Amino acid sequence: MMDLEFSPQQEAFRQECREWLRANVPRGYKSGDTREGFQQHLQWEQELFANRWAVVSWPEAYGGRDASLMEWLIFEEEYYLAGCPPRITQNGIFLLAPTIFEYGTDEQKDRILRPMAAAEHLWAQGWSEPNAGSDLANVKSSARRTDGGRLLTGQKTWCTRGAFCDSAFGLFRTDPDAQRHKGLTYFLFPLKADGVTVRGVERLDGDLGFAEVFLEDVFVPDQDVLGEVNQGWYVAMSTTSSERGLSLRSPGRFMATAARLVDLYRRSRETADPALRQAVIQAWIDTEAYRWYTFQTATRMVDGHNIGAESSLTKLFWSDMDIQLHETALSLIGDLAELDEGSDSAVDGGDWLKGYQFSLAGPIYAGTNEIQRNIVAERVLGLPRK
Amino acid sequence: MRFAFSEEQLMFRDAVRDLLVSECPPDVVRQAWENSSGRTADVWQKLASQGVPGMLVPESAGGLGLTELDMILVIEECGRAALPEPIVETAFVAPALLVGDVDRLGRIVAGTLAITAAPATQALFPFADGADELLVIGDHGGGLATLPGGAATTTSVDRSRRPARLAGYMAAGDQVGDAAGARLALNRGALGTAAYLVGLGASMLQVTVDYAKDRVQFGKPIGAQQAVKHHLANALNRLEFARPLVYRAAWSLANDKPDAGLHCSMAKVYANQAARLVSRTALQCHGAIGYTTEYDLHMWMKRAWALEGSWGTTADHLDRVGTSVVDTPGRAA
Repeated sequence: MMDLEFSPQQEAFRQECREWLRANVPRGYKSGDTREGFQQHLQWEQELFANRWAVVSWPEAYGGRDASLMEWLIFEEEYYLAGCPPRITQNGIFLLAPTIFEYGTDEQKDRILRPMAAAEHLWAQGWSEPNAGSDLANVKSSARRTDGGRLLTGQKTWCTRGAFCDSAFGLFRTDPDAQRHKGLTYFLFPLKADGVTVRGVERLDGDLGFAEVFLEDVFVPDQDVLGEVNQGWYVAMSTTSSERGLSLRSPGRFMATAARLVDLYRRSRETADPALRQAVIQAWIDTEAYRWYTFQTATRMVDGHNIGAESSLTKLFWSDMDIQLHETALSLIGDLAELDEGSDSAVDGGDWLKGYQFSLAGPIYAGTNEIQRNIVAERVLGLPRK
Repeated sequence: MRFAFSEEQLMFRDAVRDLLVSECPPDVVRQAWENSSGRTADVWQKLASQGVPGMLVPESAGGLGLTELDMILVIEECGRAALPEPIVETAFVAPALLVGDVDRLGRIVAGTLAITAAPATQALFPFADGADELLVIGDHGGGLATLPGGAATTTSVDRSRRPARLAGYMAAGDQVGDAAGARLALNRGALGTAAYLVGLGASMLQVTVDYAKDRVQFGKPIGAQQAVKHHLANALNRLEFARPLVYRAAWSLANDKPDAGLHCSMAKVYANQAARLVSRTALQCHGAIGYTTEYDLHMWMKRAWALEGSWGTTADHLDRVGTSVVDTPGRAA
């Protein structure tokens, strides 16, 4: 039977999350995509881990609380509504970890997961290459057999926070003769080792959020292959589905943005264009739609359904919504909207401009929205590929 | 937290879908454009034999005693078929104001009484040619007036709508129900219409996907072109995100939640927007064939246009949400 209320246990869990997060939320951090801000966020992550809030949905053995999917969604709501900072560990805990849980050996789980959750070992993603963006299967970086492992050579790019992280995960060609999607293997590889050169790249907002990674005969032992050799594409797809779906962008962060937008509207309605009221209301309803869509999806997951290509619908929705939320805020701010975080006169410390620039990346990363629309059309609606 | 329908609810939906697929194909909708009543000859009776008009009528009055949540998918199916019958007005709205009126409720259950309805703030009401009675919903209750048959006073883009101006009926009629019943009736009107719009949208999208797989240009199906794929993916996206708001509002009404009215407004906003986008997408992807009255799509599209303004426009419902959430401190989040 449908029941859209949380159980007493879930409400108690929410209350516990809320109390701890509101009592401990850090303030005044710099962006996590700068060197100084990264160190601040590291401290926060370590404090989260010490109190077992870093990875609530993981087994207790790895530092989690065995929280259910619904409880994890509750945690996320409370996390962002309390005003807690973005997770610099997200590429590890939300993208790599689900793949390790699914494909990793026990040795890999024991070695990798705890330090990842504790922010002792930081992970970057290494999907894209200069000629493999939307066309990810065009990966050219290679892995050559050597004693006890492989030698990686090639170039990865747009690695989020790659300039600050310890390791990365990505696809390398292990069988040059196989067809595109075959012959790829999923590797975990070091960013601080012989043969690795990391060059930070400024993002749109000027932060050093990207990196290019150049690899030349970088040794990776066999134990750092995730899943089977030459099966990397299929292993990777399980991660991309997490990235597009719930795990990366749960409703909580957008609900928090909408609440801040409503607050901004109340402060600016004396001066703002009255037509913006409708835009604020619409944006608020959008976040409600996303929240309830998510509970619907989560129920299906709890019932054992595989979400698969429908995660592309989720990604299309949240990425568009995030831009709408921020565009509406910038319109409310009016001519002060151009002031960035360096300006004393910036409204809300320039957060809206910062967030707007970040939101503009949403339709690009995790597979562009054009690719997502193709996936929806072909795999959900059943339209022909060619 | 469990956001899924029960097996029984899904089975009821499937049974109604099967009935409408066989009894209300597009030709039957087309007949309602031309006949004297604007309704079907016998589909309402067949729905009554499955208990549909009496779903919300209490068992004590012969109905099924079910809730808005049990009925919401059934209304969606009626939208999918573009059923030209007062399903929202008679079966969803009217029982809210006819509490204890065993005679009328019994005739609703039997399928022998068709009641059309509209908020008193609206200029028009539909089904003026084919409904037996009109229920006008004000702040303090409803006013019930007998319709003479053939009462339509003007024409709609949807020829089965048979609208008449409400103005002439405002003063007349018996007073029924109370303020709480009126609030419930208005919320049900908005929500039922939203569910019907989602059904219309789902049907338009399906017809268009089928067409895009079939229609060959430049040596391949037009649905293989990215421009067409992206239109259809966007349309599906709006439709799929309207559903949870509609279902959640139905749950809130069924469980007497204090914010149920707010939830109904959100549902109507999203259903209006989804139906509008889907209908434009459907027309565009069909090309010229969709722009004729010989092809069936136009009947679905025009019903969607008509319903977008009924039981509150997008602007009305945005305003209602705004009053409660945006203008009042402490409500957001």
